Amino acid sequence: MAHSTDTIAPEHTTAHEHDDHHDHHIPSGIKRWLYTTNHKDIGTLYLWFAFIMFLIGGAMAMVIRLELFQPGLQIVDPNFFNQMTTVHGLIMVFGAVMPAFTGLANWLVPMMIGAPDMALPRMNNWSFWILPGAFLILLSSLFMEGGGPSFGWTFYAPLSTTYSGDSTALFVFSVHIMGASSIMGAINVIVTIFNMRAPGMTWMKMPLFVWTWLITAFLLIAVMPVLAGAVTMVLTDKFFGTSFFNAAGGGDPVMFQHIFWFFGHPEVYIMILPAFGIISQIVPTFARKKLFGYASMVYATASIALLSFVVWAHHMFTTGMPVAAEMFFMFATMLISVPTGVKVFNWVATMWRGSMTFEVPMLFAVAFIVLFTIGGLSGLMLAITPVDFQYHDTYFVVAHFHYVLVTGAIFSIMAAVYYWLPKWTGKMFDVTLAKWHFWCSLISVNVLFFPMHFVGLAGMPRRIPDYALQFADFNKWISLGGFAFGLSQLIFLALLIKACRKQGEPVSSQVWEGAEGLEWEIPSPAPYHTFETPPVVK
Amino acid sequence: MKRLTNVLSIVLGTLPTLVFSFIAQAAESGGKELSDLNLRPGVTEISGQVYDLHMLMFFICVAIAVVVFGVMFVSMYLHRKSRGVKPAHFHENVKVEIAWTVVPFLILVFMAVPAARTLIAMEDTSEPDMTVLVTGSQWKWHYKYMDSDVEYYSLLATQQEQINNRFSKTENYLLEVDRPLVIPTGQKVRFLITSEDVIHSWWVPDFAVKKDANPGFINEAWTKVDEPGVYRGQCAELCGKDHGFMPVVVIAKEPAEFNAWMSAQEEAQRQAQEEEQRLLAMNMSMEELMSEGKRVYNAACAACHMPSGEGLPGVFPALKGSAMVLEDRLAHIDIVINGKAGTAMQAFGKMLSLKEIAAVVTYERNAWGNNTGDLVQPKDVNAVATGE
Repeated sequence: MAHSTDTIAPEHTTAHEHDDHHDHHIPSGIKRWLYTTNHKDIGTLYLWFAFIMFLIGGAMAMVIRLELFQPGLQIVDPNFFNQMTTVHGLIMVFGAVMPAFTGLANWLVPMMIGAPDMALPRMNNWSFWILPGAFLILLSSLFMEGGGPSFGWTFYAPLSTTYSGDSTALFVFSVHIMGASSIMGAINVIVTIFNMRAPGMTWMKMPLFVWTWLITAFLLIAVMPVLAGAVTMVLTDKFFGTSFFNAAGGGDPVMFQHIFWFFGHPEVYIMILPAFGIISQIVPTFARKKLFGYASMVYATASIALLSFVVWAHHMFTTGMPVAAEMFFMFATMLISVPTGVKVFNWVATMWRGSMTFEVPMLFAVAFIVLFTIGGLSGLMLAITPVDFQYHDTYFVVAHFHYVLVTGAIFSIMAAVYYWLPKWTGKMFDVTLAKWHFWCSLISVNVLFFPMHFVGLAGMPRRIPDYALQFADFNKWISLGGFAFGLSQLIFLALLIKACRKQGEPVSSQVWEGAEGLEWEIPSPAPYHTFETPPVVK
Repeated sequence: MKRLTNVLSIVLGTLPTLVFSFIAQAAESGGKELSDLNLRPGVTEISGQVYDLHMLMFFICVAIAVVVFGVMFVSMYLHRKSRGVKPAHFHENVKVEIAWTVVPFLILVFMAVPAARTLIAMEDTSEPDMTVLVTGSQWKWHYKYMDSDVEYYSLLATQQEQINNRFSKTENYLLEVDRPLVIPTGQKVRFLITSEDVIHSWWVPDFAVKKDANPGFINEAWTKVDEPGVYRGQCAELCGKDHGFMPVVVIAKEPAEFNAWMSAQEEAQRQAQEEEQRLLAMNMSMEELMSEGKRVYNAACAACHMPSGEGLPGVFPALKGSAMVLEDRLAHIDIVINGKAGTAMQAFGKMLSLKEIAAVVTYERNAWGNNTGDLVQPKDVNAVATGE
């Protein structure tokens, strides 16, 4: 604490001198963004970075869908196709969803708990600025001889060790940097929430977004080192002659999967818990009614986080496990649906007998609740081991995780952006464009992902560049939905550019009629420095 | 607001069209065969149980969705500000909250019991009538009948021209192999599944059998097929470049027919071995070697080294102009027979006959402008293989 106060002290003084002209002292040009330790600037950087990565990862998805538009090989060769699926996954997970949530945490956590900034501002700067390098390394590997990583974002050994190309070294290095960035971000969130809450902001008064992020941050610190361990073992197996995952040297390729999914399953909750927080902020606002079951929401989030450590092998039912282990992981996985169900029921109960309006953030939130629940229900089906043998590694799984990640995590991020954007810019965004963005996305995303359930059940494996003829009709539709969803995001881009140019009607400090919380008590746009004197929460 | 409504109505207007044409499309394919939309009940008792479990789970999920979304949509209709509704003030209710924790739990128990029963039956590989060793490698399957000497590789049979859209695609495009696995109906067949290189996954949807092939470890699975027929599946675990091109085809035959087939295979295998011995005393002509070599090369080598011999730079080395191919004849024969440890280069010694190896090595040393003029005979290959 002492450290962080020292670090930001000079800026404080300046801010006081120009209390009414906040913009005057902000360094301008590239230096402002390179050297910034301001949580709002860093939040903006994270969010734009995530959006650019979303567009790049999306472009790769377009290549995938173009190749799969009809049977036969048309556009790319299978080796490049595998690079596209791999890098698309890595970019979307580590480059789009996670940094977007970190960006939201940067913007919102200090404002929600009445803190002047994040606790460790210089580390905050560093944890953002190592990210572009990491992704530059990853993306540049695509231009190497032999191409980039092509073993799937799950990089199962020995495909990623003995049988991979030289770009594996770059892949490992970039994942290390992404991990370091995530851990630093998580430490910052935890330290901020533990130490910098305003007087009276007790634990059980914290907004749910803060709670869910706090729990997410602990998950990150617990599992990112496991991922770092996994990639390091891949590196030494490939380049330094170790045999962690090579049976011929006494290792075990299935051990890789245990290690990876011990990281990977908490990772999927890392990508959804902050989404739960966002929806729990938005629904009460537009229902004009307090969140139903606040305490149970907190406990449900914590239960999901704890359970996430004991379900990892449900990704591996076909690897050959003892029946007892399969049973354990089946039952543990099914259990997760209980706290998750509690959350959905609480949101519906919050709406019940509220006084609802459907502004754009609420539209996305409602879409989230419906579509995320569909993804959750297919997740419950996947938990049933004997049936999972049929679903595993088919498009049914692809449909499932895109419902929870695209219409779940990404829709929640979009909801969050629409909800807080007027607070950030001081202007209402272009509502017409926003509604276009919502409806186009909603329709196209379902044309894109819903038929994947069908082709998966009918037997189409995932990660194949070409497919049997009976899958052709649906794949055509899936591709068309994909192109439409991709184009819809350009509407979002246009809207964001307009918003950043500060076009639009000025908004009040509360912005939305039913909005409650500290961030809605400061002026819009939020001043460069907020809560230099802590507010008192009653 | 008016403009907004217009925009909305335009977008919503296109929605029914989209949905309608989508359903029409689905119905059309559904008309052909329901299995284009849903899991197949399959042809074994287990696959039938799995299908029933799937449908049970599906209907429970649909019911939950209907109730939850139903309540939500009713609320979204009734409790709107535009209807002049004033918000209520409740924000917790212990009884309700306990109820919606306990009820889902009970539903889960109801699901878990039949699931556990089926799972135990699926994993019971004891007392099989026969055993087949299934070995995956990049990108083909190998089948070995443990109770006889019969063993062979099973490769994709779809022509490259179909994949490259030069020929029109036939009915079983990408789901056809040169030599399918043959098993008897009505008998418990146990599969021992393993891999030579990366992880593959052996999957036949109609048997509800999907098991990973892990290098260095052996997995078990079993099936008992009721109906004779041809059953098709695919590799289900990403295994590299041609993961999408290693189908599984199983033919189930009546036991009598199966036994006749098995005897024919044993006889054919014996004859092939005799032929191999006879070839050792003979010399084959350049033309003969080159035409046979081209066939073998395209079947076994072209997936990595490419039909042009140029390989994939950075992934698979080129043979065209390669120092080993142009100069070191013994090393060339050796690497084809024994492979190269720690790389994707497989040992073809057990996959190809002496004649085929001789032909393919000759082909590689004379195709694509390599023009060494070298002739490699089956006896030369035998000499390297036996270490002479």
